[in-house]
Amino acid sequence: MYTLEKKLLEEPKKTSFTYSERNAHLLASSKDLKKTFLKTGTTIVGMIFKDGVVLAADTRSTVDKIVADKNCEKLHFISENIYCAGAGVAADTEHITEMVSSRLSLHSLRSGEHPRVVSAMTMLKDHLFKHMGYLTAALILGGVDATGPHLYSVWPHGSVDCLPYLTMGSGSVAAMSFLEARYEDGLEEEAAIGLIGDAIEAGILNDLGSGSNVDIVVIKKDGTRMMRNVRKTGTISGDDE
Amino acid sequence: MSNPFTLNGGTVLSMKGKNCVVILCDTRLGSQYETVSTSFPKIFKMNPRVFFGLAGLASDVITLHHKLRFHVNLFQLKQERSMPPHVFSKLVSTTLYEKRFGSFFAQPIIAGLHDDGSPFISSMDSIGATTEPEDFVVAGTGADYVTGACEKYWEKDMEPRQLLKVADKCLQAGVNRDAFSGWGGVAYLITPEGVEKFDLKMRQD
Repeated sequence: MYTLEKKLLEEPKKTSFTYSERNAHLLASSKDLKKTFLKTGTTIVGMIFKDGVVLAADTRSTVDKIVADKNCEKLHFISENIYCAGAGVAADTEHITEMVSSRLSLHSLRSGEHPRVVSAMTMLKDHLFKHMGYLTAALILGGVDATGPHLYSVWPHGSVDCLPYLTMGSGSVAAMSFLEARYEDGLEEEAAIGLIGDAIEAGILNDLGSGSNVDIVVIKKDGTRMMRNVRKTGTISGDDE
Repeated sequence: MSNPFTLNGGTVLSMKGKNCVVILCDTRLGSQYETVSTSFPKIFKMNPRVFFGLAGLASDVITLHHKLRFHVNLFQLKQERSMPPHVFSKLVSTTLYEKRFGSFFAQPIIAGLHDDGSPFISSMDSIGATTEPEDFVVAGTGADYVTGACEKYWEKDMEPRQLLKVADKCLQAGVNRDAFSGWGGVAYLITPEGVEKFDLKMRQD
């Protein structure tokens, strides 16, 4: 850890490492510092259906074993026709998607065309690869553009998968069990929303890192529908929290 | 040396009410188990409507405060208006994320009122992952205990006086169970009419 940061110091990059010598010293004398970062021990799912793409996430964020936020947003806005679900360190997913969103809107302003999902995916993977896995962001990127519906998963080291249905985060195994059992090509919108809701619910109930509510975003050629707290799985009925 | 986050101790809490917010902190500054000062403020006034609490390593609390004060003052001079709370929150978040791989060892809390009098609160981790809940935010060494008390006693749409009373009780309940926090406290009650400062009466051990 220390030798690596030293090396980075010698070759100045855009990111600042002003405090790294001092922090390396402090880190060496304390063990569990990384535990203080806000993580999204998450269940996120993405799926292609008949008319477009649907993404979903749970809403729990944790610091170690403490629930830091019971209703956070893990579906990040990239553009009108592209959204991104994030798992990993909350600050990383939040700031990376925000950066890509901003660069993509400048890009489409300059080119006069709607942004494309591949552009977003390339920006994400390049940024993550450049940082060699030190940015802990596991993302599911989905959207509809001029070339049709697209769905990608981007891993912290910068690799990309392109599949019709994807899950990520600590609850990915639970969620995938539902998709493997019930996914088929060309699902209707209602069926897709139902299935993706069940998949997230599996994560909420079976994975301790995931919890609370289900958020879903449906992206179609003719528009995007963001639905917050579609199901309040973790709440006792009648209770507001 | 142990964890820099808990070296100096300290807890900050902010709660939303009906057209009002309250932000409180303890005033202890320690070096592990030794108390160095009992008058170390962790809440700072950034402009008449925005207050800022910082819990964590004291040197970073001071550095970060100075850094942010510079930006807030520059904003005021350039734009001839006060920085709104949500803008300040974003400023803090990006300032923290700038140092992603060598972070400040401090967790901020922002409390303020918008121009229309509606309350704003937010909290972050040390690298700027923001949460903006509708009830309360807590940071510092006693955060876990204070959260428990707040979860039980916070109610929607509390009036200023009741809000102050509830927040005070919740802070003290938690802080008195945390060895690294306490030894006095400060509260700021922010309403459209103005800001009131209170010194909190509490245990001195």
